[in-house]
Amino acid sequence: MTAAERTNLGLAGLALLAAALLPVVGSGYWLSIGISIAMYTVLATSWALFSGPTNYISLATAAFFGLGMYTVAGGINLLPFPVLVALAALAGAVLAGVVGLATLRISGVYFVIFTLGLAELVRQLVAWGQHVMGASSGLFVLINVSDRMLYWMLLALAVLVYLVGWWIGRSRLGFALRIIGNDEVVAVHAGINTARAKVALFVIAGAFAALTGAVMAPRYNYVEPTLAFNPFLSFQVVIMALLGGAHRLWGPLLGVIPLTFLLEAISRSFPRQQILLLGVAFLLIVYFVPAGVVGLVEGAFRRRKFGHA
Amino acid sequence: MHDGASPTPALRIEAVSRRFGGLVAVDGVSLEMAPNQVLGLIGPNGSGKTTMINLISGALKPSGGTIRLYGADVTGAGATVIARLGVARTFQIVRMLPSLTVLENVAAGGVFGHRRFWGAELHARTYDVLRRVGLDRAADSPVEALTYIDQKRVELARALIADPKLLLLDEWLAGLNHTELTTGIALIEALRREGRTIVVVEHVMGAIRALCDRCVVMMGGSKIAEGTPSEVLAHPEVIRAYLGDAHA
Repeated sequence: MTAAERTNLGLAGLALLAAALLPVVGSGYWLSIGISIAMYTVLATSWALFSGPTNYISLATAAFFGLGMYTVAGGINLLPFPVLVALAALAGAVLAGVVGLATLRISGVYFVIFTLGLAELVRQLVAWGQHVMGASSGLFVLINVSDRMLYWMLLALAVLVYLVGWWIGRSRLGFALRIIGNDEVVAVHAGINTARAKVALFVIAGAFAALTGAVMAPRYNYVEPTLAFNPFLSFQVVIMALLGGAHRLWGPLLGVIPLTFLLEAISRSFPRQQILLLGVAFLLIVYFVPAGVVGLVEGAFRRRKFGHA
Repeated sequence: MHDGASPTPALRIEAVSRRFGGLVAVDGVSLEMAPNQVLGLIGPNGSGKTTMINLISGALKPSGGTIRLYGADVTGAGATVIARLGVARTFQIVRMLPSLTVLENVAAGGVFGHRRFWGAELHARTYDVLRRVGLDRAADSPVEALTYIDQKRVELARALIADPKLLLLDEWLAGLNHTELTTGIALIEALRREGRTIVVVEHVMGAIRALCDRCVVMMGGSKIAEGTPSEVLAHPEVIRAYLGDAHA
């Protein structure tokens, strides 16, 4: 390990310690902000693990998140919560695997539209299933998970995402994805099984989104399809990851933090104009920060290092 | 080879065709090449040479015919499979991986293909091929900072790193200036001397004479002549194909 890596690891450790202590020093507003940041960090970082190197924009986060949430909601009277969380990850991985095998051949805008449609498809299926089973429009999740506990679970998930991302970055799989993202023709002629590499990452991202949904389920006592499969969530995750920068592991976090505060402020002060204002924010971000916060930071660093732009 | 028994050909193509809609880009071409040889694929623009390279490397699937590599039938196999069997190629128009360094661009060829390296071994191996093509000093540069010939060198190094059993060079010398051409020809000559099996698509006549053991001449998707470079370049049909009827 180089000196720079040791420094980075030390800084990451300190940041994690500070984050873990949040519920001890803050509560109410700060804890709820902390929960949002931790949740979006897991979602946006895992999204970027797949979409960053491949440049495939997936709007399927809500499909996996909702699936995870429904795994917990549907099984809570049958199985213990931790088992359901594990099952949710498995369900997310399986759905991502099936969808990935079917769709990763199509590229560009078709893939985007398909993933957006997927969340809607799964939502309709769940709603239909509930109707057939004679249940009402939603399910109760009545278990006691305190906000502190929820926060720590999400934080643990965030640590797991970073570990997995770090491992991928150093692995052959990570290298394969960077080559694919640059030029898929070169990738296949270098012997890379591009379909398998892309599906593997899509499965990892899907499993993490499902895990997040599962962990979040107890926060809502009553889970409905419109809540679990909210397409808005998919868009938020994309915006956050792009604002931060999807090409660095720590990039999405830099988008998650400011946007979580912005979302909070908007929903508090302008609850009815929320989507409109977010749309405007997104346009401004794409226009003024096209390379993300990571791009700004790295640009500034380069200027300081070389003394010119 | 010397006792008269013919060895398994490195490449054996039988009556291969490829149609794009109504256009027949390659029309029933057969050819065979022995290992450790350099085969030139020549012919005017649009004669089907690059389509042949794409068929051999698996980028395209043939509409008819068979392709064998060292005896194994690979007809219809995809590019990934063919690459793993030991076929490496360069592209008519260079394909760089712009967000990767020179080192990474070259290493990309040595991780997933015919021979696989990783870690310290990959690093050492990458430097070896970079040194061969004369680019070891540029290892950590971004590829976009390189000149055109240096980008071509990167592509050649990427193809060489996995020690290919068959190397396909699609107009690797095209677009080089006079000095670069001399360097480029010397580089491929060195590969030929070490006994590599290479198919070259070329327009540069001097290079064809200097490098090729045998040549296949294509025109309009068909093979019109075959032989040593001096034989085919003297062939009336070849002269007609290149220069028109008046010269034949």
